[in-house]
Amino acid sequence: MVSKQLGKNEMLTSFPDQSGHFGPYGGRFVSETLMAALDELTLAYDSLKTDPEFLAELGSDLEHYVGRASPLYLAERLTQQAGGAKIWLKREDLNHTGAHKINNCIGQALLARHMGKPRIIAETGAGQHGVASATVAARFGLKCTVYMGSEDIQRQSLNVYRMKLLGAEVVPVTSGSRTLKDALNEAMRDWVTNVDDTHYIIGTVAGPHPYPMIVRDLQSVIGREARAQFARQHGGLPDAVMACVGGGSNAMGIFYPFLEDETVRLIGVEAAGDGIMTGRHAAPLTDGIVGVLHGNRTYLMQDQAGLISETHSVSAGLDYPGVGPEHAWLKDIERAEYVAVTDEAALGAFRQLNLLEGILPALESSHALAHAVDFAATLKKDQNIIVNLSGRGDKDIPTMAKIDGISIG
Amino acid sequence: MGRLTSTIDAVRARGQKALVAYIVAGDPHPDQTVDLMHALVAEGVDIIELGVPFTDPEAEGPVIQLAHERALVHQVTLAKVLELVAAFRLEDANTPVVLMGYLNPIEAMGYEAFAQQAKLSGVDGLITVNLPPEEAGPLAVALQDKAIDPIYLLAPTTTDARAGLVCRASRGFVYYVSLKGTTGSGSLDVTAVCERVAHLKAQTPLPLFVGFGIKDGATAAPIAEVADGVVVGSAIVTLMGEFEASPQALKSAVIELVRDIRTALNASNA
Repeated sequence: MVSKQLGKNEMLTSFPDQSGHFGPYGGRFVSETLMAALDELTLAYDSLKTDPEFLAELGSDLEHYVGRASPLYLAERLTQQAGGAKIWLKREDLNHTGAHKINNCIGQALLARHMGKPRIIAETGAGQHGVASATVAARFGLKCTVYMGSEDIQRQSLNVYRMKLLGAEVVPVTSGSRTLKDALNEAMRDWVTNVDDTHYIIGTVAGPHPYPMIVRDLQSVIGREARAQFARQHGGLPDAVMACVGGGSNAMGIFYPFLEDETVRLIGVEAAGDGIMTGRHAAPLTDGIVGVLHGNRTYLMQDQAGLISETHSVSAGLDYPGVGPEHAWLKDIERAEYVAVTDEAALGAFRQLNLLEGILPALESSHALAHAVDFAATLKKDQNIIVNLSGRGDKDIPTMAKIDGISIG
Repeated sequence: MGRLTSTIDAVRARGQKALVAYIVAGDPHPDQTVDLMHALVAEGVDIIELGVPFTDPEAEGPVIQLAHERALVHQVTLAKVLELVAAFRLEDANTPVVLMGYLNPIEAMGYEAFAQQAKLSGVDGLITVNLPPEEAGPLAVALQDKAIDPIYLLAPTTTDARAGLVCRASRGFVYYVSLKGTTGSGSLDVTAVCERVAHLKAQTPLPLFVGFGIKDGATAAPIAEVADGVVVGSAIVTLMGEFEASPQALKSAVIELVRDIRTALNASNA
């Protein structure tokens, strides 16, 4: 199936093509003002990605500042409870700032510095990418502005204060649905205006080319480590690799180094919110239509008239109507599978991991955990699943406490 | 020859500069749009640019974002916009109408269906803000089949190499976005704009219009010295918000603004 979609000498890992497309997806759909900046970024990245000095800087910061490599941990009690395949957790929650987002931010801050841009901007949903951006701005002495939907500011007040402590300016976005997609719109507007001195650190594998490629490359350290760690700790390859998908950066990061391993099933888990049938969800790969938003062609949550729908998920980081174009393509060519997990199931997995493993997962990652437990039960005990535990859940404690009716003011 | 080109030629033959007025279709209410379009034409607007409401108008400043939101409250979809153009055409067969919007609603309708419906409704041109010529191939073909002019934007950041590409892909006119930034932001450095416009005009036989940052007669006149026409958007749309509750007062305010700009344009070319 997969090989039929590819040309003779093409490999799954050789995408995007020169113009930034993954099959029919991706591309560069932006206003003219940004075209020159995207060309500049493409050139800068092309020359830096193989530059030994840049790679040494990046590697050093990932080791000494982020704390990589993150462990690959066999969750024995969770495995026992699931009653099937072994569940391994890739512990991105143990990174500095508590999520995988920092991998991308370190790389892009170095890019900004090489391009001579003293200011960075970012959009954020759950606040993890905003915190990671503010962190690298402090680390490299860059000015930083973070755009965040006013709805999300309410849900994630802890991260908002954290960004301020890090010296970043947090700008509330009150247009549209006041969530991640509107923060992205506002960040694009800032970038159009301040493109001379500003680098926009997009936090996920979406946006116009070259962003989906850059973010994937920087996040693929997750999959490279996991692949080597699994070979060392267990031997061979896992049977499945699983990750939650909002924009899809932690999933692309762990999938990418396994793309050519045909025996490894790659499974992305979207947010089904109140349930796919209710329409109140954030699962464009499961129940979306192809369209163009935020610079790329991909699956989107939209209505018949092409207007973007409001999404719903208990997890702010998955509450986004689009998804990275490489995921759209991997779905179509059937190299990856995508499923969706409800708020309720994710909350259950959140509690379960606390009780069984003493690990507090982010609500985003809890979606992948919920599916992993169900999926493991369908496999044999000598099979193995790696789940990307993309972030820790400290930021979600207020949300959980509210659900439990507990005041932690 | 299309209605857009013949209109621009006629303006030029009169020794005038073209005045393009932008409003968002359905703002503040779809019942007012056609009447406002006729009022604009009566005050000397040569071309109407009609914004197609979208949920995520990422290149617009706050003024025009709010206009999109006001129109969407009344379910003004792309199909509804085309109905409004058709209603306008019942009484005005001469004034070109250019749609300005984002790609997704057009994709949702389908390129060929859109081109066909747009032609039937009397649309003359299309500006798709987030569609650079590199990605426009299939839509450009559909538009060409129906003789609808694709119009692309030039920005202050556009290199000479890209300017060539943009101008070759455009029909009718080319639109120079005079500011880095969103619609309605900042104020114009008139000297810099004029230099850039003169440079760009040397590269294309197409008329060059300038938009972004033109607020009134005083800002329009110096730009019109070098450009073939000016586009006024946020200044008009600001009034839509201000007089949302009062259609009569809105119409009077729009008439007054457009009259000021038309007078200034005519004086500067006299």
